[in-house]
Amino acid sequence: MGFLNKASIRLLLVACIATLSSGCASTFESINESINPLANLEPWVKPYERSNLADPIMSMDRNPVASAYAKHVFESREGARGADGGAGGGCGCN
Amino acid sequence: MVPMAAQVVVVAVTKIQTTPAIAQNMNMVKPVLVALGLILSFLFMGATKAAVLPIERADLLYHSYEGDGVTIDGPSVLLRKNIAGKVSVSANYYVDTVSGASIDVRATASPYEEVRKETTVGLDYLNNKTLLSTSFTNSSENDFEANSFYVGVSQDFFGDLSTISLSYSKGWDVVGRRGDESFEEEADRQKFGLGFSQVATKSLIVGFNIEHISDEGYLNNPYRAVRFLDSTTDRGFSFATEKYPNTRSSTAYSINANYYLPYRAAIYGDARIYNDTWGIKAQNVKLGYIHPIEDDWIFEVFLRHYKQDKADFYQDLFSRPDEFNFMARDKEMSTYTGLTAGVSVSYEWQFSQTATFKKSAVHFEWDYMTFDYDDFRDATAQTPVGEEPLFGFSANVLRIFASIWY
Repeated sequence: MGFLNKASIRLLLVACIATLSSGCASTFESINESINPLANLEPWVKPYERSNLADPIMSMDRNPVASAYAKHVFESREGARGADGGAGGGCGCN
Repeated sequence: MVPMAAQVVVVAVTKIQTTPAIAQNMNMVKPVLVALGLILSFLFMGATKAAVLPIERADLLYHSYEGDGVTIDGPSVLLRKNIAGKVSVSANYYVDTVSGASIDVRATASPYEEVRKETTVGLDYLNNKTLLSTSFTNSSENDFEANSFYVGVSQDFFGDLSTISLSYSKGWDVVGRRGDESFEEEADRQKFGLGFSQVATKSLIVGFNIEHISDEGYLNNPYRAVRFLDSTTDRGFSFATEKYPNTRSSTAYSINANYYLPYRAAIYGDARIYNDTWGIKAQNVKLGYIHPIEDDWIFEVFLRHYKQDKADFYQDLFSRPDEFNFMARDKEMSTYTGLTAGVSVSYEWQFSQTATFKKSAVHFEWDYMTFDYDDFRDATAQTPVGEEPLFGFSANVLRIFASIWY
């Protein structure tokens, strides 16, 4: 049961961080700001600073039809598999 | 206050019994549950800015692979269309025509020709910063039928600088064997993925991915065989059917980064480590450089290195056909290194943003691959058994395609 308690606590912590990061109004915000240094953390790259990131050459999957085929070629000839795709996005500037 | 979605996950977790086997599985899915809690928290709390759907485009590709006595080529068509700014539908039709025979088959059987057709249909739904994705894939050939279902969720947060994604897919394979109508085996596959990407600076994006894959069923390649000493034959060896475990679990971890240079060009890299319950350990690293010239041309080069240690039950030569419970001589199970160098060029035509077609492009991509095996010998060589030269081969891979953005 020890692990389950830890998992529950971790989920609560994650939910709290999520609340703070999303900018949602919360009655706990001022309390969290005083006890959590991350509470004051703000996005450090502003939308008007993302022109480089928006350039298609910065895309993690510039041509999906070709990258899917390349992935298939490697998977067929290598024993390893998985974790070869990007999480994508992150820029919000398409 | 814990969001409702997180409460649901907590309740689900606390009701699970803690037998050792279940606890082990829970360790595996723990990061997935934690990330799911995070994503669902955002989902139910709402968001202030919108993420984006995948870009609408159509691609027509011809692919070709030539190496190790095998030629594989065919077309691939990928279409994507958005509906009402909320939904994106996609469809991919892909064909492989295989002819010839690799070294594994040349040593034991005749060259062959077969066609594999793969169809994927997908749907993405956008809700504020959350992108829900699902797809279904069918792959069909005369001796193999595979169906798989995929579902994923991706969430932008922290001012759209961060993205977290979760995915799950389940696959069902039916394995046959040419010339043996009575042979039919099955295998089930599951994949759990977790990804995170972060805009680090105005010129740098970094990412991290974990994927756990679990297979169960008939996992052999029915055309590959183990080699064992046999003094009754002229060559001094014979072949017997491989024997694989009927389960396999693997975990892969990868990191990646894209960096925009001070002039208009980008470098990127990724690295991955991998291990599985068959004893295979692998690492690969890739570095690339993208260089556009004005708005028309995009050039790209990359180098990728792959290294693998063999499966526990792999041997090039066994002493007898039933030496161990599990036996393999598939060269993809051996110890080897691979090096791939790639070069590509694209030419783009930009149209008006108000026109039906916004942009079009043609692309040419060529990869040169080499593989050098440390413990897989060329059994077709006319030398004393066990003294054959170590095997190695090279391959050329082409992708030629045209794209339209609309």
